[in-house]
Amino acid sequence: MKGIEVINPGLLTTIQDEGRYNFQKFGVPVSGVMDYYSYKVSNMLVGNKGTEAVLEITMIGPALRFQKNAIIAITGGNLGPKINGADISQWRSIAVNQGDVLSFTGIKSGCRSYLAVKGGICVDKVMGSRSTYIKASLGGINGNALQKNDIVPILDNNTINYKVKKLSDSYIPKYSNNYQIRVVKGPQDDYFTEKGLTTFFNNDYKVTSECDRMGFSFEGEPIDLKNGSDIISDGITFGAVQIPGHGKPIIMMADRQTTGGYAKIGSVIFKDLSTLSQAKPGDNVSFVEVTIDTAHKELKELVETLSIIKKDIEKQDSIIIKQTKNYKIKLNGRTFDVKVEEIENC
Amino acid sequence: MYEKARILCSGDKAAVIEFGNSITEDINMKVRSMMIALEESKYDFITEMVPTYRSLLVNYNPLKINYSKLEDILRETENKLSHINIPSPNIIEIPVCYSDEYGKDLVNVASYNKLTKDEVINIHTKRKYLIYMIGFTPGFAYLGGMDEKIATPRLSKPRIKINAGSVGIAGAQTGIYPVESPGGWQIIGRTPIRLFDKQKENPFLLEAGNYIKFVNISKKEYEKIEREVLEKVYDIRTYPMKEVSSQ
Repeated sequence: MKGIEVINPGLLTTIQDEGRYNFQKFGVPVSGVMDYYSYKVSNMLVGNKGTEAVLEITMIGPALRFQKNAIIAITGGNLGPKINGADISQWRSIAVNQGDVLSFTGIKSGCRSYLAVKGGICVDKVMGSRSTYIKASLGGINGNALQKNDIVPILDNNTINYKVKKLSDSYIPKYSNNYQIRVVKGPQDDYFTEKGLTTFFNNDYKVTSECDRMGFSFEGEPIDLKNGSDIISDGITFGAVQIPGHGKPIIMMADRQTTGGYAKIGSVIFKDLSTLSQAKPGDNVSFVEVTIDTAHKELKELVETLSIIKKDIEKQDSIIIKQTKNYKIKLNGRTFDVKVEEIENC
Repeated sequence: MYEKARILCSGDKAAVIEFGNSITEDINMKVRSMMIALEESKYDFITEMVPTYRSLLVNYNPLKINYSKLEDILRETENKLSHINIPSPNIIEIPVCYSDEYGKDLVNVASYNKLTKDEVINIHTKRKYLIYMIGFTPGFAYLGGMDEKIATPRLSKPRIKINAGSVGIAGAQTGIYPVESPGGWQIIGRTPIRLFDKQKENPFLLEAGNYIKFVNISKKEYEKIEREVLEKVYDIRTYPMKEVSSQ
């Protein structure tokens, strides 16, 4: 079956969807995309329903050859995407032709990119999800991150006369190296001294190199506990901020284990998990306390924003691209790869 | 056990209802009852629940309910628990072959506790073990209730590869490896049945709140069951706990 051929897999490129639910009580991590916002928008830009599987690309991107025509969109962190050597824009749909090669030059901002393809990545679902969880070999292709020579299955896309979809600039997140992340306290905030809580909410913490899909560990002022951090293991949610005995935060992310035995001072609000997922080693994070009601208001706003974006994208039809071609042009002795989109008169 | 459960905020999509701060069968039974009561209410705002030793994590959809309303419902359900009928837990029989081939460390456990191998097997198969919770890896059951007489420290050097189905002892705990993994438990036997099969509609055999009982089988029986498991004709023996107490 034809699809997207993996010439080079990059650092960590995995197939992810919204996650594998209803098996946490059996010890199965949820997995799924880290940055929900970028994931949702990537699917909208290619006209997907919204829950299709995409590629989550981490820091150093892959090299991929399309074996068929496809409509794609890349969102999230900017890892320097190029098609046949020419820069392409993110947060818009792009038609690629059979034989085109997508590659990445390196991090410009953020940490994770999302590549959506019209029709989604159609590997089989395992326990209700296509998400890859490498440790238990679930989902993706053979339960693993993309490997050289893998063929990522995609549907046939018609690229003739397609309408370009773009996300308005005002909705494109800005990634920096300093993040303010909101946290609701609990469930074990009573394990911390007043001083410990003040320390956590009034200091910057630096993301360390121990930062992956399972969790982000931070360096900074130690947080004071009353009587150690050990609790009788309980359930862990996406964004839970564990403080082990050494006093430095570990935030549990998409591939977190389902239960754990360290006290949790609080949890990152769902809306800010998308932002946090774009933090990389060396970035600074400060934590701001909000109430549960504020967190819920923010979540509702996120859902509304996504529905506005969806409507906005659906009604865009001003630019119709009849076809796309790649050219090499020579200018003053230098060769440039150029992608030419033939636009219908409007 | 607390007189009144504590309801704790666990991020903007989950709450924890905590029944105590120790590992006891009573508290764990409360966790199970609460989960069953909430499941039977079929609330559309509850998305997924995770039972653990002494608390229940309730994931909810904040677009359908706010936090204070959720607290009210959890509290009401807790108050009703003593009046509603909760089905008794099941006992699941796990056939185990304790031969030297499958239980390389049975001899260690026996010599450490100054017992014979048969005595270790008798003690291990005598009790039923409560599944307090499942975690750590997919399908790994935290079991309670092992007899201290066969408690044995972990291996000083963990093995790189332990086969799926291996039954082991680590300190005062016993357990089964659901998938092949590295580990330092003293391996005393192996079960031919599968605790986790991702191809099945219900991929997991064990569930928190139920009990397991190990049954000693010969190598011949092991091989027979192994074939039956492959041919998908093996029936795992499961029965409600009450049946046992009335016998």
